[in-house]
Amino acid sequence: MKHIMSFGILASTVLAFASPVLAQTVFVSTQLRPIEEATVVREELLKDVGAVDYVVEEPPQFAVRMEAERQAGKRTVSLVGALHGELSPLADKDTLEPLDDLAKKLAASGMPQSLLDLGKLGKSTQQYIPWMQATYVMAAKKEALQYLPDGADVNALNYDQLIAWGKNMQEATGQPQIGFPAGPKGLMARYFQGYFYPSFTGGVVRTFQSADAAAGWEKLKALWTYVTPNSTSYDFMQEPLAAGEVMVAWDHIARLKNAISAAPDDYVVFPAPAGPKGRGYMPVVAGLAIPKGAPDKAGAEKIIEHLSMPETQLLTASKVGFFPTLSVKLPPDLDAGVALLAGAVTATQASKDAVISLLPVGLGDKGGEFNKVYMDSFQRIVLQNEPVADVLKAQGATMAKLMTDTKAACWAPDAKSDGPCPVE
Amino acid sequence: MTTDTISAAADTPKAAGFISSQRWLLWSGIAALCAWVLVPIYLVALGALGGRQGVYVWPKTGLPTGLSLEPFFLFLKTEGVVQSFLNSLGAAGITVALSILLGAPAGYALARYDFRGKDSYRLLVLLTRAFPLAILALPLTVSFIRLGLYDTIIGVGLIHTVLALPFAALVTQGIFLGVPRELEEAAWVFGCTRIQAFFKVVAPLALPGIVATAVFAFVISWNEVFAASVLTVRNRTLTAYLLTVLSESPMHYRFAGGLMLILPSVVFIFAVRRYLFAIWGISSK
Amino acid sequence: MTNSRPWIPYLLILPSVAFLALLFVVPLVQTIWLAVSDNGAPSLANAERMVTDINFTRSVKNTFLLTIAVVPVQIAIALAMGTMVAKVGRGRETILWIWTIPLGISDLAAGLVWLSILQNTGYLNSLLFGLGIIGRQASWLSYQTPVALFIAIAVAEIWRGTAIVMVIIVAGLNQVPKEFKEAAEIFGAGPWTRFWRITLPLIRPALQSALILRTVLAFEVFAVVYALGGRNFPVLVGEAYNWQNQNQNYSVAAAYAVLIMIISLAATLIYLKALKVDPERLP
Repeated sequence: MKHIMSFGILASTVLAFASPVLAQTVFVSTQLRPIEEATVVREELLKDVGAVDYVVEEPPQFAVRMEAERQAGKRTVSLVGALHGELSPLADKDTLEPLDDLAKKLAASGMPQSLLDLGKLGKSTQQYIPWMQATYVMAAKKEALQYLPDGADVNALNYDQLIAWGKNMQEATGQPQIGFPAGPKGLMARYFQGYFYPSFTGGVVRTFQSADAAAGWEKLKALWTYVTPNSTSYDFMQEPLAAGEVMVAWDHIARLKNAISAAPDDYVVFPAPAGPKGRGYMPVVAGLAIPKGAPDKAGAEKIIEHLSMPETQLLTASKVGFFPTLSVKLPPDLDAGVALLAGAVTATQASKDAVISLLPVGLGDKGGEFNKVYMDSFQRIVLQNEPVADVLKAQGATMAKLMTDTKAACWAPDAKSDGPCPVE
Repeated sequence: MTTDTISAAADTPKAAGFISSQRWLLWSGIAALCAWVLVPIYLVALGALGGRQGVYVWPKTGLPTGLSLEPFFLFLKTEGVVQSFLNSLGAAGITVALSILLGAPAGYALARYDFRGKDSYRLLVLLTRAFPLAILALPLTVSFIRLGLYDTIIGVGLIHTVLALPFAALVTQGIFLGVPRELEEAAWVFGCTRIQAFFKVVAPLALPGIVATAVFAFVISWNEVFAASVLTVRNRTLTAYLLTVLSESPMHYRFAGGLMLILPSVVFIFAVRRYLFAIWGISSK
Repeated sequence: MTNSRPWIPYLLILPSVAFLALLFVVPLVQTIWLAVSDNGAPSLANAERMVTDINFTRSVKNTFLLTIAVVPVQIAIALAMGTMVAKVGRGRETILWIWTIPLGISDLAAGLVWLSILQNTGYLNSLLFGLGIIGRQASWLSYQTPVALFIAIAVAEIWRGTAIVMVIIVAGLNQVPKEFKEAAEIFGAGPWTRFWRITLPLIRPALQSALILRTVLAFEVFAVVYALGGRNFPVLVGEAYNWQNQNQNYSVAAAYAVLIMIISLAATLIYLKALKVDPERLP
């Protein structure tokens, strides 16, 4: 025992002094964390860009680290890659280096201005450069298609047809077969902001407690009788799909990819259903940003430029399934699963009744509480069966206070507003 | 006298039958508890070695459906794994050493003395477990950056010591209370100084408690994820590294990572088991 | 103990106090301040938000219920393990080592393995299906089966956390002098009486340590609960994390943490008073 202790002390002392100090650009990313994708990033995407240390991090630790480095005034991280919603609190505290020069260069080489504008996060300077984009789609096992109601086209469903489909599947198999990622780390909030509310009400904030919204919630309650109750444990729909617990699922394309790529012939991927006001969808963007005071700003900019090149963006799409932010055409030889997902994404964007819902802008660090308004409404109305009108009134009041506190103006699909976005 | 009664009881056939059914009950109880502990570990191994689709089979048979060591090879190939393993060992070593050095004296003080502030001290020490560390992470990281402990294994070891300290103090207190004071006083009578008496008389009898502290310190340090992830960028511990990387990876990788991470703790406890469970019921009078 | 040098205990606890003061107390005070302030001024706004949250009452109730269900069972199992293994000759250390294996498993892995047992396509259902007890997959972890969910989480937590209690209690059992029990046996005391009247009182210090540590840890239960219960079983630490990570509101998260701290310290004080271990009275 004494030997073990002495060995431990010795080893730790040696290690403490032996940690190599590497002079590399540190690139911390909350995206592309799974081991296979991170390996692709290190070995292929960042191959020719010099000495980079690609470190993956979970969003909670990322937020704490960035804020701690800001408060301490000493930066170790030179480049961050994260979701729009994760970069918003950083921009709110003025911790990101303005990247307007880079933005101008990229606009000239084919990045759509609408995407670049998202990267301003509501401020006057460019806060992040859009790195990859994705969206949400639905996926179904091919064997579920036989239960589609008559006359329904899986690529252009509406909610009534989805409900009928769910009913048929439940009667045939004895169990509900639709799944939603309503778990603690699931992206259900984006369902409400990008799909549910635009499809039923044509708005996101303005129409939060409108009559259309109430009708929509009733429809959702009807749908939920055919949704598996285990949905409140699902964070990623690829696992329940692969395990056969559900046959139909809605989720982020990156969270469906594993199941679909493993057996592409077993799945169809299609746009989410349309409601009375259209087929809402939400593009999500991951961005690259440089924290103020970064030790290697030049190296970080070089990496951003490298990752924004058409070749790298196409390689990213084909290997990890996140789509390019540049306006480039995807190559024909994509991985079969990625091709299926890309097909559904195109179908969504090109559908005649598409209603685009943008990521929230101007919420600062209240983005999480914004999501909470929708998730609490979901929990109270659908899971706890509280009366729709009361819940919408209470949650609407919370929403209104949030908007006035953050002074955030309305964003698409809501009509523009002069001051804070009102809840009508 | 006692032994006569017992061996006489063992000789009679009827009593022998009674004793062996008691033994049978005892051993089946022990076997049941061992199975209770080991079956879930076996299931972790199944999930880890069953390949990508093994975790999705229905119904599951509980038998291996095909062996695939792919996740383990991928882990070993990934750059930085060996270094992070050494980092984890280093942090655990620091934690074990420091928690014993800081906790054992405190345990002795709590056991032998009644002083003002005793309860307050115990509450202070328990605070480190009563307050979720992840909520403290922000001001803690800021302090560490300012102290120059950011991204070092020493920093991680120090924080893990904070987490292990309540175990160190309370467990050693319990153990020191069980060592009769008369032994120490006898040693003083025979000319030892207080410190000599402690090391020659008390410490050997308190060895199980000290080793228990070492075990808890090692395990706490090895399995801690949040602080280890936030406080380091490049000098990650193996646990922080693997669990971050695996949190969104396919299921069988997560099982493989979980399996790999159990091993060092299990090996450590195996190595010290004799000291941990020593001196069974030895008469101290 | 003769108090000829009353500064000795303070000297002995000084290193740990200094250590904690430097590394822990400062961030702690800052976080507590965050919980009870709003924009720099003292305010109960965060506490109010915490208490009016839709999941607050449930998370308090769940945490208490789980602690009450799990801790006594673990103490009982640990005592049983200790007494059983005392009667074994060789192989005692190996058996004890096996029983400490769950110590080495991280809570995330523990959650993962119990999920693989209890999920719809998991081992439990496979077993029941194979035995013909159920016709198709049964749901044990959904919000429609709260009792089954609670039992599942309790069982998983008992599995994960008993080893901690066992190590402490076994260390305490080690120190019970054999002569006491033998003397009691001579005087005709049966095994139960020996256990209740001799062993238990003598291991009071170990019992107190084990209870305090296990209860404080139980109020912080999180990873296994979230792996199995998802959104269906809110607990205090989980809500604290949600407020910090999902809702990005560090102040309300700090309020939850302060609440957990107060509950844990209160429980500790109760144990300290109820299970007083007085240094003067022990043999």
